This record gives sequence, C-alpha cells and structure tokens, in this order.
Amino acid sequence: MFEGLTANLKDALTGLAKGGKLTEGNIRDGLRQVRQALLEADVNYEIATSFIDRVTEQAVGEKVLKAVRPDEQIIGIVHQELINLMGPVEPGFDFKKSGITVIMMCGLQGSGKTTTCGKLARLLKEQGRKPMLVAADLQRPAAIEQLKVIAGQVEVPVHAEAPDGNNAVKVCQNGLSQAKKLGNVDTVILDTAGRLHIDEDLMKELEQIERKLQPDQVIFACDAMTGQDAVNSAKAFNEALELDGVILTKLDGDTRGGAALSVKEVTGVPIKFIGVGEALDRLETFHPDRMAGRILGM
Amino acid sequence: KAGEILDDQKIEEFEARLIKTDMGVVSSAAICDEIRKKHGGRTVILDEIQETVKEKIRTLLEGEGDTRWDLNDPLSPLKHNPDGVTVILVAGVNGVGKTTSIAKLANLILKQKKTVLLAAGDTFRAAAVEQLTMWASRLGCEIVTRPDGTDPASVAYSGCERALETGVDYLIIDTAGRLQTHTNLMEELEKIKRVVDKKIPGAPHENLLVLDATTGQNGLSQAEHFSNAIECSGIILAKLDGTARGGVTVAIRQKMGIPVKYIGVGEQIDDLELFNPQGFVDALFA
Ligand SMILES: Nc1nc2c(ncn2[C@@H]2O[C@H](COP(=O)(O)OP(=O)(O)OP(=O)(O)O)[C@@H](O)[C@H]2O)c(=O)[nH]1
Ligand SMILES: Nc1nc2c(ncn2[C@@H]2O[C@H](COP(=O)(O)OP(=O)(O)OP(=O)(O)O)[C@@H](O)[C@H]2O)c(=O)[nH]1
Ligand SMILES: [K+]
Ligand SMILES: [Mg+2]
Ligand SMILES: [Mg+2]
Repeated sequence: MFEGLTANLKDALTGLAKGGKLTEGNIRDGLRQVRQALLEADVNYEIATSFIDRVTEQAVGEKVLKAVRPDEQIIGIVHQELINLMGPVEPGFDFKKSGITVIMMCGLQGSGKTTTCGKLARLLKEQGRKPMLVAADLQRPAAIEQLKVIAGQVEVPVHAEAPDGNNAVKVCQNGLSQAKKLGNVDTVILDTAGRLHIDEDLMKELEQIERKLQPDQVIFACDAMTGQDAVNSAKAFNEALELDGVILTKLDGDTRGGAALSVKEVTGVPIKFIGVGEALDRLETFHPDRMAGRILGM
Repeated sequence: KAGEILDDQKIEEFEARLIKTDMGVVSSAAICDEIRKKHGGRTVILDEIQETVKEKIRTLLEGEGDTRWDLNDPLSPLKHNPDGVTVILVAGVNGVGKTTSIAKLANLILKQKKTVLLAAGDTFRAAAVEQLTMWASRLGCEIVTRPDGTDPASVAYSGCERALETGVDYLIIDTAGRLQTHTNLMEELEKIKRVVDKKIPGAPHENLLVLDATTGQNGLSQAEHFSNAIECSGIILAKLDGTARGGVTVAIRQKMGIPVKYIGVGEQIDDLELFNPQGFVDALFA
C-alpha cells in the first residue's frame, strides 16, 4: 500500500524541479494523495484535513532536495509530523509511593478491556509488582467468569462478587478493601463493563467509580479498527473521566489504525500500549514511528 | 424553496458528511464527482441533491430482490432449509458482537414459535462457552457444549448430530472471534463449514458475518477474507445504537454484494432488528 501512495505521489509531484522550492501549488496534488491515504486509514476527516494544512504550511518554502526524490521528501515531512502528533511515548505508569495504585479500565463494548486487564496484570507482575483484578462488569453474561479465568492464567488474585442486585461501584470499593486486607497487593486493576459513550446512566456509573476510588490511572481501551466514530467516543470518555492513557487493541490484523491519530489528537492523552493478539503476553509498547508508517501504509 | 449555488465548498462539506459515515473515501469521492459534473456551479436545492444520493444508496442496499426484509416475518432474510434443520454459522473478528447476536437471533426464532439449538463453537476465549450457556438458559433453549480447547469443528459436528436427533428447526453455531489475516484461524473456519456440510448436505444455509458498526475501512477487508473462507451470505451489523453510522456496509454491498440482514441496537435480547434500507439511509444522513 505504501507503494500505492509513493506511486501516486510520484505522479502528482512530477512538476517539482530539483533545487527549486516547494510551493502550495506544486505540492497540492501530492498532499491530496496523502490526505486520501489518511482517510483510507480511518483518520478522522477533520483531523486529516487540518493535518494536511499543517504539513502544507511546514513544507512550503522548503527546497526540493537534490538527494531524494520529491515524493520521498514529502513522505518524510508527513511521516515526521505524524510521529510528532502521536508521541511522545509514556509507556510507564505512575505508581503510588506507598499504598495501593488503582488502575481503571474503560471503553466501548468489546474493545478488549477484560483481556487487556489480564495483559496489564501479567506485565506488572513481570515488573515485580503485585496486581489484583476486580470484576466490575456485572452486566455482560459471564464477564466475571472470563476475568476469573484470565486471572488464573496470569496467576494473580481476583475480587469478584455475585452480579445480581449488586452494583459496580460497591464491588470496586470492596475490591480495594480486600486488596488492603490481603496486604500483598500493591496494584488494583478494575475491569469495568463495556458501554456506549452516549449511555448517560452507565457513564455516570463510571464517574462514580472514579470519584469513590480515585484511580491513579484511567485507561481507555480502543479498538484499532474503529473508523470515523473514534473521536466521538474517545472525547466523551475523556470528558467524563480525564483519561491518563490509551491502549490500542487488535493491531495484529491489517487495520491501518488511523484511530490512533484521531484519539491522540482529540484527547491529548498518550497511547501507552498496543494489543497485538489474544494471548495475554501480546501487549507491546506504542511506537509512534511504526504507527505513522502503518497509517501511511508503509 | 430557494436555490443555492453549488460551489466547491458545498461539495466538500457534503463529501465530509459521506466520509464520516465510514462509507470510504473512494465511494464518497465517486458520489461527489458525479454531483460536481451534473450540478457544479449551478443553482440547486441541496436537499434535493441529497435525496437523490440517498435514493441511490437505498437502491444499492436493497439490491435486486436478493434479500427480503419482511416486517411481518422477522426470519424473512434467512434462507430456509425445506428439508429439515436450517443451519446458521456466525463468524467475525474479535468482540464485534457474535455471541450476543446469536442470542438475539435465537430469541427471534423462538418468538416465531420455532425451535432452536445453539452450538458453543468458541472453545478458545475465556468463558465464551459460559457466556453462550447463560444466554441459552435465559432463552430456555438447548445448547451443545464441549470443554475449552475442543476442536470447534467437532463441536459444530456434535451440534449437527443433536439437531438431526431432535428435529429442531434452527441450529446456530457460535465461533471464536478471529482477525481475518490469521490464516490458520481462517482455515479453521473453513473446516467448520466443511464438516457441517458433510453432516448436513447444503449446510450451513446462512453464513453470517457480524460487523461492529464502529468499524472503519477494515470492514471491507473483513468482508473479503471471511467471504473467501465461508462465503458470507449476510451481515449482522451490531452496535448501531451508538453514534457510528456503519457506512462501510455500503461499500461492502457495492463491492461484494453482501446484504445486511439484521442490525444490533443494544445488549439486550430484544435488541435485534430487521435491516431496513430506508431507515438505515435516513440515519446515515441524519
Ligand atoms: N486479535 C486480538 N484480539 C484481541 C485483542 N485484545 C482483545 N482481543 C479479543 O477481543 C475480544 C473482546 O475482548 P474482551 O477483552 O472480552 O473485550 P471487552 O472490552 O472486555 O468486552 P466487553 O466486556 O464485552 O465490553 C476477545 O475475543 C479478545 O480475545 C488483541 O490485541 N488482538
Ligand atoms: N451497544 C451494543 N452492544 C452490543 C451489541 N451487540 C453486542 N454488544 C456488546 O458487545 C460486547 C461484545 O459482544 P459479544 O457478543 O461477546 O462479541 P463476540 O463477537 O462474541 O466476541 P468474541 O467472541 O470475544 O470475539 C458485549 O459487551 C455485548 O454486550 C449491540 O448491538 N449494541
Ligand atoms: K469493537
Ligand atoms: Mg469485558
Ligand atoms: Mg463470542
């Protein structure tokens, strides 16, 4: 696909003379191709448009380099700007100096929250911490059972209660007390139920959990295959909860993952990790340069 | 109604709206090029142009009578096996809503006073079997399960055997979520289909692909790869109750002819509706 973009760019930039200057006129067609590539990668429409404006502004006046082809030069500028927008990386978590660090996972239905809770628990355990999982999804059938199985796989304790007539806020509070009681837990990870950002009642429930538990990190699990709607959901979750980090899931497929740029742009929240498989060790640090290449189809 | 001059900015605004539905930059550009050619620079009534575009998309989605969405018969989009059990295989990428959609579809079937059997073919994901089992018990229908790690084709086979034994009207087979680029998992899906066909010739009668309405352009790749594996006969478009429009199904219908048969509009058992081309297109432009 990168070949596609380069070929199109080459055609679009034939007017560029070596040693001449990049002008709005002579790069317009080329940047239209870039814009199309961004949209095909599911970058949000407005973000793609303002991105192209920004790149144009930056490129205009630059010399057409002698050493590289004009298409490579433009891609270089575009690539770097994408990296700038998606970075910098902040892969770590801020842990409490003493006491229990609380991490809260949230997101739309099916985005990969429960699996990612397991992945995080595994990673933190590997780093010498002592995580515990809390099953705060009382809605989806067998969500609790799923988290229990995952906790068993990564061998960490899990706090779970019967879902009927219970409420998620209570379960989280009990989970935290339980962790304190156990004594050998320093991190609690809350697995909340999937919900739509327009579901007022369920969004309020999340806000309540946040208020009562004061999580140190609120993480938004975002499906990497999400299209134009990514900005709407990410924005709403960020407004309700002040997100601290984003984890982009399901990047092991062939999605171009433009949602990464959209979500970062609209929330300003760093993307911390990417999920690259169903297995619990399939969690990687986010690399803006790789993501930029992927969005461009490189 | 007063007309307006259709300048580039207005065409661009319209293109933005199309792209935001996730129908894709190519389809959107094609529509806008046509508008530009026909009406560019002239005085037009924008609403009328939009109506024409909507009409075109609706016609595309309706197809040429290949699918029925009869409000009086919620099972009308489904092929029906006149010789016995109708087998429905449900597949899709991870977390799109397969298992929940199966429960909803079973509910529709039961409401039509037909009988249904479920087969818990996701023996991979943690507690996937328990999830479908809970739905089955809520619905009061029978379910065939095997322990985690069992070959899903063998669960499907057992489902077929049981269906033949009990003479049930419908058998719905759940499968594990899989990304379409994982070749071995796609082969596993092909095998499920093959085994089912062997036990019940001509089955599965429906191979339904579940798509998440929030999905962007990757939906096309999903439709292509899953169709290569199991020849998708229809789509269930889940999670249409959010703010996403599901426009990628327009591109899929255009490119591959696969119709949307049902839409998912919530997490509860009754939240499955017959696809309605007109309603869908209205929502696309709302
Ligand atoms: N291929 C792939 N699949 C993933 C990844 N992360 C999660 N999944 C799968 O996505 C599906 C949904 O994951 P869950 O963890 O259940 O998602 P959730 O957000 O907890 O879902 P709900 O609680 O129902 O809202 C499962 O099939 C997971 O195995 C990933 O990085 N890659
Ligand atoms: N809002 C909304 N949520 C839905 C809809 N359909 C399913 N869900 C939710 O989406 C999440 C995933 O649904 P599942 O049925 O488990 O999805 P799946 O495709 O079987 O997932 P895997 O088996 O893990 O690949 C659950 O939280 C469901 O409740 C829908 O139409 N609307
Ligand atoms: K999803
Ligand atoms: Mg979950
Ligand atoms: Mg499932």
